[in-house]
Amino acid sequence: MNSKMKDSKSYSGIQLYSLVVLRLFIGWHLLYEGIAKLINPGWSSVGFLRESKWIMSGFANWVTSNSGILNVVDFLNTWGLIAIGTGLILGLFSRVASIFGTILLLMYYLNNPPLIGLEYSLPSEGNYLVINKTLIEAVALFALSVFPTSHIVGFDLFVNRLRQKK
Amino acid sequence: MKNKNKQEQNTKPKTGQVQNTNLNRRTLLKAMAGIPVLGLLAYGASEKKAYNKNQSARLIKELGLDDLQAPQKIQSRAGEGDLIRIGFIGFGNRANQLARGLGFMNKATAQSQKENGRLQHWMEQEYLNVEIVGICDVFDLHAENGLDIAKNGFRVNGQTGTDVPVKRYRTYQEMLADDSIDAVVVATPDHHHARITADGVRAGKHVYCEKSIALSEEELNEVYNAVKNSDRVFQLGHQITQNTVFQQAKEIIRKDILGKITLVETTTNRNSASGAWIRHLDNNGNAKPGSLDTIDWVQWLGDRPKMPFTVDRFYNWTKFFDYDHGMLGQLFSHEYDAVNQLLRIGIPHSAVSSGGIYFWKDNREIPDLLQSVFEYPDKELTLMYSASLASSRQRGRVFMGHDASMELGSSLKITADYDSTKYKQQIEEGLIDTNGPMLSVSPGSGIDAITSPTEKYYASRGLTDTYVNGRPVDVTHLHLKEWIDVIRHGGQVSDDIEKAYEEGITILMAHKSYVEKRRVEWDPVGRKIV
Repeated sequence: MNSKMKDSKSYSGIQLYSLVVLRLFIGWHLLYEGIAKLINPGWSSVGFLRESKWIMSGFANWVTSNSGILNVVDFLNTWGLIAIGTGLILGLFSRVASIFGTILLLMYYLNNPPLIGLEYSLPSEGNYLVINKTLIEAVALFALSVFPTSHIVGFDLFVNRLRQKK
Repeated sequence: MKNKNKQEQNTKPKTGQVQNTNLNRRTLLKAMAGIPVLGLLAYGASEKKAYNKNQSARLIKELGLDDLQAPQKIQSRAGEGDLIRIGFIGFGNRANQLARGLGFMNKATAQSQKENGRLQHWMEQEYLNVEIVGICDVFDLHAENGLDIAKNGFRVNGQTGTDVPVKRYRTYQEMLADDSIDAVVVATPDHHHARITADGVRAGKHVYCEKSIALSEEELNEVYNAVKNSDRVFQLGHQITQNTVFQQAKEIIRKDILGKITLVETTTNRNSASGAWIRHLDNNGNAKPGSLDTIDWVQWLGDRPKMPFTVDRFYNWTKFFDYDHGMLGQLFSHEYDAVNQLLRIGIPHSAVSSGGIYFWKDNREIPDLLQSVFEYPDKELTLMYSASLASSRQRGRVFMGHDASMELGSSLKITADYDSTKYKQQIEEGLIDTNGPMLSVSPGSGIDAITSPTEKYYASRGLTDTYVNGRPVDVTHLHLKEWIDVIRHGGQVSDDIEKAYEEGITILMAHKSYVEKRRVEWDPVGRKIV
């Protein structure tokens, strides 16, 4: 296993740093999304969820019609974004962060996919058909989970060493 | 340097030295490269927050609204004191909602609310320490429903049912004569309101009466005098003004944010059979229950002209002038109340109405399109009411001032006027953008100055009302609570008899104008419509 892992992580310098930059940028984006929600006391996912279309609309309805559940969703969303973003930037538990980040981004995408026939009251800032930036970010994050860099540029270097000592 | 890096990545793991040797400084620093990035983001985020706050605070400060924070939760002693024993006169659809506002819910409804997770909101409603001890309805089915809710219903304090006896009264006079009743809630069709309210206060009962108060000047004068000569607490059933944003709206008016207000536009917009008061069919299209065997029709008609019983007339009474004033009584009454509570405009100098029956071609007498204009020359203000039962396009309720306009619904939005004198400088500086609202207030989340385009967008769509900070509040409950509070501890209700009188006259003027097809005026000396 060790040798297989090592092989997959043998990047050239340019490969390594483009992956690291991608990781830092996505981390930056998600972390600031979380912070912005945290420092805006009036923020709630209710506006986003009310717009929900397609397969997640039932779930979104259930969440918005119940203030207890909505509070939980808001809390998890805000702190999930902060944890994932921090993990990506620091390179700490980066693989877990990438996978959870991918799932979260897919949830956003599935609530508002730009499919033919789905109309949203919020205008998008570009033109999308099926694929939008959220989906691209999700796929990019998934790619990062299979091309990890945090054991070289990141705290996972120490995490790995601690693990190996045990 | 590049090559060196390359070497490190390519060679070190291969030789397996990373695990075994101590980390050199370079590897260590690289591992912690995320820290300065995190620091940069933290700095950026705090700068941005400070900037947004500055813009928002500056606008709020310049408007003189920095102390504008309505209390989120009104301290209340409504539930303290002796038990208040309440009788319901009329127990149809509206009475169910009123019972809920007082803390009583049908068991089956409570169960279904529990299943969809809505019961909890209601359970958070304040316990008012009242009992429903009497029900009076001319229809057996409605009376039974009322008795069931009072006797076996689910209560806001978590209990089910009561040991306190609950009695059905055949006539409202019987109920009023019973000393075991302290207060009555009147939720009958409108043609009984004035008489029951007047008799109620004369019999020593506190009265909560649904709008509208009276269908003629004689009735209105009678109920006005009866309440005036009594020490009982009377409250007219309106609830818009109990919305928390109304407190802020009052403050905004008081602080003259809008400048001189010369036009208030109110609208009601409906486009369904039920909204047009066609309500005699159930969901499957069958006639709702009720016949002369189960309905005391003579008592239902009261002092109105004798008419044969039909299910149509019994359920759809709103369509006929004998029993109410259509949109003026049912819908404009709320609009007028909202405006009168904010601006205290009182009775208009004149009123003109026009309209007709253009869409619902049934046996109705009430118009389905109606426009009424009320002039207040002393206050230099026009109040407009525009109503349709054939289009549900939402047109809102707007107060138009020289410097800004205020749209007031479940949330509140203020938009500066492009040609404003007061805000000329801020508009030129770009602090105020006249293309979208500059201020919004949503229940529970206080006041926000809107300085970013996203916020503007959300506010313009009314998406800023939040369900998180403020739990959904039943405004009917607040209105009933106020009544109970004043009964127990004294004070002033929002919709006392003076405001009810002003509203009654205003509606009667518009109605008279529609029926007589002429402009009518108020004679303040003779206190009559001419």
